Amino acid sequence: MKVLKAIGMNRCIGCLSCMITCATVNQSDHSILKSAISIKTTGGLSGKFVAIVCQACKDDVPCAEVCPSGALIKRPGGGVSLVKEKCVGCERCVTACTVDAIHFDYVSLLPIVCKHCGVCTRFCPHKCLQLTEGA
Amino acid sequence: MLYENAIKVVYIDLASGKIEIKRRTDLNGFLGGVGVASKLLEETMRPELPPLASEQPMILGIGAISGIYPLITKTVAMFISPLTGEMGESYAGGRLALALSMAGYDAVVIHGKAPRPSYIAIDGGNIEIKDARTIWGMDSDVVGQFLRDHEEGSGKRSILRIGPAGEKLVKFASVCVDTYRHFGRLGLGAVMGSKQIKAIIVRGDKTTKIKDVKDYFRVYQTIFKAVTETDLMAKYHDLGTSINVEPINALGALPTKNLTANSFNGAEQISGEAFAENNLVRKMACTGCPVGCIHIGQFRRKFDDGYEYEAVSVGYDYELIYSLGSLLGINKTDKILHLIEAVEKTGMDAISTGVALAWATESLMKGFVTEAETLLPLAFGDSETYFQAIMYLANRENTFYHVLGEGTRFAGATIGGKDFALQVAGNEIPGYHTGYSNLVGLTVGARHSHLCNAGYAVDQSIKTFDENKAVDTLFHEEVERCLLNSLVICLFARKVYNRETVLRALNAAGYTLTDDELTAIAKRIYATKLRIKEKLEFDPRQVELPKRFFETASIHGTLDSSVAERMIKQYVEKCSILLTETI
Repeated sequence: MKVLKAIGMNRCIGCLSCMITCATVNQSDHSILKSAISIKTTGGLSGKFVAIVCQACKDDVPCAEVCPSGALIKRPGGGVSLVKEKCVGCERCVTACTVDAIHFDYVSLLPIVCKHCGVCTRFCPHKCLQLTEGA
Repeated sequence: MLYENAIKVVYIDLASGKIEIKRRTDLNGFLGGVGVASKLLEETMRPELPPLASEQPMILGIGAISGIYPLITKTVAMFISPLTGEMGESYAGGRLALALSMAGYDAVVIHGKAPRPSYIAIDGGNIEIKDARTIWGMDSDVVGQFLRDHEEGSGKRSILRIGPAGEKLVKFASVCVDTYRHFGRLGLGAVMGSKQIKAIIVRGDKTTKIKDVKDYFRVYQTIFKAVTETDLMAKYHDLGTSINVEPINALGALPTKNLTANSFNGAEQISGEAFAENNLVRKMACTGCPVGCIHIGQFRRKFDDGYEYEAVSVGYDYELIYSLGSLLGINKTDKILHLIEAVEKTGMDAISTGVALAWATESLMKGFVTEAETLLPLAFGDSETYFQAIMYLANRENTFYHVLGEGTRFAGATIGGKDFALQVAGNEIPGYHTGYSNLVGLTVGARHSHLCNAGYAVDQSIKTFDENKAVDTLFHEEVERCLLNSLVICLFARKVYNRETVLRALNAAGYTLTDDELTAIAKRIYATKLRIKEKLEFDPRQVELPKRFFETASIHGTLDSSVAERMIKQYVEKCSILLTETI
């Protein structure tokens, strides 16, 4: 299965269309806070943009390892799938992710995890984000 | 707010620190943006007091569907302009609209004066007036750096700030929004300075469930495609607005050396292509805009003997290339970027600054002022001198620079040389000497900007000039833009957001409105603005247009002041009819 990679962030214009469409499609929400991908600046707007997003860990998957209830299942190709019914809301996955790609949604009491669905790539005007075959 | 059927307004009283939030259903008929902000200005302004009296309000407003569709990215600011003394209206992009929307406010009304230098931190749950004594006096860019580190909310916030010019009440001081965008025109920076507000930080921390995802996302995608896959927006992304330098110059409409000429022999060296080839390093976007018209130019500067260089990056656009380029006779891209850096740091409107300096240069040449007053041998083409003059202007260095900081109209009237003070109703002119539609458009336009009614575009599109038709077009455009600005759509996207698209976008977000209702809203807003202007005793027929406009030929030849006067009169009659309509 394909995974999301932020491959050309030098070209990012910071429009956040990726975040807006991720939140829309995956969370039915208008707010970028609900997006699984996050575009941040380093050192303000004059610095470069970085994409904080699931790195699609393949063999060692820290977030899945620490999940006490088996709610995060390794996904073929990389990354994890969230089984909502199994999640107990402990937030351990949030702290286990070294790149801070998982954040906790205190409204739904569920972590927001990238599905590698690729909707963000379709709305990236500079093709900074792409779906690629997992290594 | 979205899905709430009410306009949520937060009132901040800086003197008492009192915060009040009101849900106003009575404002629904204004839709949002400039509509709501105009109404709030009408309610809270004090026409009998000076523009910078602490009682005067400063209002920020976003639209009904801000932040959820591509290019609905702007925020409107309304205030009494210290530059013109009448209605102030200015727009900025950046992340502000999205941050306000995510904080849950349609409009912010700030009045009073803080007892000490302060900044305001706004989020959905809390509004605080905080100590800004340490950052008072700082350049605009440096304030941004400190607040970014000091305050939380990276990635979902917007930071507005003023530079030293705003603190010193230079009447055309600007407000910088998120480093590269500005409330540039008409002196909002001085309004903030007069209230002792150095900065405003808005943090968006709310979520909003979409009511009808399918319908909304279908409309979103249609608009996204129109802006990214058709040629409607291509020029804004590719070369950006600077693409206009050469064509406007070729038409003979590029104000040059204080409009002593209508074309510049250095235009090719400062064209959009020249900037792209020499300096362009990056393009950026306002949040929610996949076009990305913000063009960042970089240049390096030697600051000491040996190999000592520093790199400077600033945003550039057509208007800045005109005002700090051709108007000052400057024909090198690096030098224009250098001057842009100066207005950025000090926090002044680039157009007004360029016009003021061009006027000062001609005044010095003609002997209205002496070098003892200007402190510098101001001369067209000399960017180093202009850089220093910008610093003097922001610092109000001596009596001359103090007067100049009151605006070009004031300087011309006080010192002499008003015939070549390039302003209309007190606002320094944008870079289009195209003809009657532009000149009349600037005079009657609600904020005396080329963006009020696009007279400059009318002049360029017509083959034969018909004054009645031109007046009709200006009036119609001014009304229609009230609607676009009530949604606070980026006007670059005005061709994408036709009535049909606006209705679909609104309907998919839960606003059931008809085309007729949109027309009524537009008229209601314009009528409100006209009432405000009347209360502030503005009458376009009383505007004294400088002689220079009628001396240097435009695209439509040398203009005749009596034609312009006739058109203005005719326009005012149309306004009177609108004001008698029951809307």
